[in-house]
This record gives sequence, C-alpha cells and structure tokens, in this order.
Amino acid sequence: MDRTPIREITILPGRGRHGEPEGFDAITIRPGDTVSIVGPTGSGKSAFINDIEVFAQNDTATGRTVLVNGAYPPEEFVRDPAHKPVALITQNTRCFADLTVEEFLAMHVRSRRIEEDGIVDRTINLANEFTGEEIRSCARMTALSGGQTRSLLVADAVLVAAAPVLLLDEVENAGIFKERVIEVLRAGGKAVIFVTHDPLISLLSARRIVMRDGAVEKVIEPDGRENDALREARRLDGILHCMRERIRAGDLVTGRVGV
Amino acid sequence: MKLAIVAGPPSAGKTAVVRQVIRSLSDRYRIAYLKIDVVRAFEDEELAAEFGIPARKVCSGDLCPDHAGVMVMRDAIAWGEEEGADLLLVESAGLCLRCSPYTTQGLGIVVLSAVSGTNTPLKMAPMLALADIAVVTRVDLVSQAEKEVFRERVREVNPALDIVETNAVQGTGMRYLLRVIEDSSDITDPDAIVLRGAPPLGVCTICVGKTEIGWRNHFGVVRKLEGADYLYRGE
Repeated sequence: MDRTPIREITILPGRGRHGEPEGFDAITIRPGDTVSIVGPTGSGKSAFINDIEVFAQNDTATGRTVLVNGAYPPEEFVRDPAHKPVALITQNTRCFADLTVEEFLAMHVRSRRIEEDGIVDRTINLANEFTGEEIRSCARMTALSGGQTRSLLVADAVLVAAAPVLLLDEVENAGIFKERVIEVLRAGGKAVIFVTHDPLISLLSARRIVMRDGAVEKVIEPDGRENDALREARRLDGILHCMRERIRAGDLVTGRVGV
Repeated sequence: MKLAIVAGPPSAGKTAVVRQVIRSLSDRYRIAYLKIDVVRAFEDEELAAEFGIPARKVCSGDLCPDHAGVMVMRDAIAWGEEEGADLLLVESAGLCLRCSPYTTQGLGIVVLSAVSGTNTPLKMAPMLALADIAVVTRVDLVSQAEKEVFRERVREVNPALDIVETNAVQGTGMRYLLRVIEDSSDITDPDAIVLRGAPPLGVCTICVGKTEIGWRNHFGVVRKLEGADYLYRGE
C-alpha cells in the first residue's frame, strides 16, 4: 500500500484546564521514538494522545494543533483509516464486535484491501506472544479477557493496521507481557507513545512528558541518567512477574522469589 | 433556511451531536430545533435553556413517531421560518430501525454508536441507505481495528456514505460534519419537499386500533411468522 512516509509528528501547545498557555514550543515525534506520558489521574494524559489521534487543529478542548511532516495533515490521514498513520489502543479492554477472532481480523484485513496469505494467523500468533492465556481463532471477540483483547489489538495495529505511530493507553493494566510488546514495537521502527502509570514502561521510554492540570508541565530526556533506576525496575518487575505467574497458577508463594 | 434531519437508534448520541452543532454554529446561524418523540422528551427544554434557541417538541403518542414527523414537517419548516432561523435541526425519536425520515432539500444525518455491535449497521440499513452522512459516536471507547471493522459494515450498506467519527461529548472530529452542514443548500420550495424513500407502511388493522394478536385477526398488510419476506434493499 502506498503511503506518504511519516518523517515526524509535531504537537503545538494549547491551553491547560485553567486557560493558561502550555510551557513548550513544540514536541516532535519521529519513527522509532518511545515516549511515555505520565502524571496524576485526570491530568490530561488521555486527552494528549486523543489530540494526536484526531490530528487536533485547535478544535479540541485542549486547543492543541498536530502537524504531520511540518504541515496540516491531508484530510485522508484523518478520515480514511486505510491512510491514517496513527493507531490508538484505548484503555477499554472490552471489544464490542460481535464476531469471532478470525472473522474480526479477516474483516479488518478485507477493509484494508490486504491480500497477504496467513496474515490472520500471524496476527493471532503475535498476540499470543503478548499474553499468557492463549487466544484461539474461533473464540468470540466479546468473550476475550482484558489481556487477550489488548494483546490482539496491539498485534493487529502492528501487522494489519501497520500504523507507523502507535498510541497505547495504559497498556500495562491488562496484564500483558509489556516488555515483549515494547521489544516488538521497537524492532518494527514504530513511534510509540504510552500513557502509563508503570515505572518500567516510563523508564524504558527515551522521553517522558509530564502532565498537570490538563497541560504539559515538562518534557524529560533522561539520556542514560536513569540507567540505574531502569535496572532496578527490571529486577523488581521480574520478581513481580514470577509472583504473579505463581499466584495465577494457584501456588503458595514461599521463600525467596527471583534475584 | 437549511434543513437537517438527525436520525439514529435510541441512545446513539443524537442529542450530543446536535448540541455540538449548535455550540459550533450558533454564532453564525440562527438555529431552531424540533425533537420528535413518542411519550416524553426533554431535549427541547434543555437545548433552549442551554443555548437560548427556539426549540420545541412533538410527541407522537399512539402514532408511529416517524409518521408523526412526516405529518408535522411542513408546519415545522413554517415555524422555523417564522422564528427567522437559518438552520432547522429536526431530531427523530429513533424508535424503529426501519425509519428513514430524510427528505429532499434537506441534509440526512444518521447517528450510530461505535459500541453498538458489528451487525447494527446491517440492522438499521434503511436509516443508513438514504442518509448523506453518518456520524459514528463513542469512538473514544474502541481501538483502531474496531473502528475500521465498524466502518466496513457501514460501507456494506451504503458504500458512498460520508462517515464522521466522533466523541460527541468532546466534539472531536465534528469539523467535517459542520462543513457538510454549512455546504448544504437552503430549502428552495418547502411545498415540493418529499420523503427520500417510502416510509414503513402503516396500513394494517393494528394501525387503526384493533388489539387482537395473530395475523388471522387482521387484514391489510399482514405478516406471518413463517415466510415473511421483507428484505429491505435500499433505494
């Protein structure tokens, strides 16, 4: 499929909840970037990625403007899903489509005019790398667990929607293998923007946008200065992961877990 | 005066869409609003209080609300003109998925919710088939793949339909609907306005008050449980 290559997405400032202008000139996101959006609940994190998703033109509550390659994006970027360079995976972990997994993916593949053998199976296989509970092609979308739904929609965004920019709203809260997700997204050269409360995801991102009262408060580029913290977060996450799996498996967790 | 008729199933977000249209256009247009409903309606009072626009309602009671809408439409246009409106918004009751209340010389807007299930666009085919533009609400609750699958279903019914995706509470994406409304033509001859498609028929004896159940007790257009063939194919 022919696409205009996305060199960069630029977010221009809007206003905070009390009308004060945001304190940044422009935030630019390029392919391969990882950005996390952090801040207290209600600070405007989801609104920030929604602005990107709809390519705000000073017409959302925040007053922000989003440019693609330095200019207003062409209308088909915004309105035609087959040309839209952005895919948002929402916080919602329920899928409302009244179809089986296979039917759902096949319909999405058809809507994108993709003629690639085996893409449905490959998407299900990739999704199964993100979740511990196996997704079967004959399962109904509405019957999938939160983690299965999230895994499938991320795999779909990578392989079927093939969007160069992915927006993930609290990917961690559905119990999926988040480090594997980040690994796959990075390897695919995607720009990934996480809304997150998770220390590991935040520390794994190259840039961190801090939100407060509906506005961007600051943008942090740790540039290696957080490597110690990242190592510690990985270790703790490994311990929690082991504990979670053992608790799920019905074990009694005694003695030392992990390293 | 422009005329826009907003249809869609109950709780699809019709009034939220209307509210965004009024909010965005009321500095440049004088807008009048009519709500058609069955038993009770409150939207007229809410919108009049919120925006200070002329607003009223009609309740159809024992009549099909879409038939009621057709009956009162000519009066409503005269009322809108008396009020000096540049834009008359008419919102349907949304009771019946067979209704398709759009007219000539007016814009047909269908509102449907992204969380209403994959088969819903097929179930409300007549409402989609004759509309000019579909507004899909609650897209903030679904991920990209679901949006695209839902859109594909809408296109199965009406491949030419213009589709706007919105979170109608926030107003995202509404700019495309506003542009279509602003670009729509004014009414040229209200007496020449007709429905775009045949309405659902109301010519059986239930329509005139017989309450017996079972088709044997009725005459006119009757339906049996077996072999009822009424597949709607659009116009």
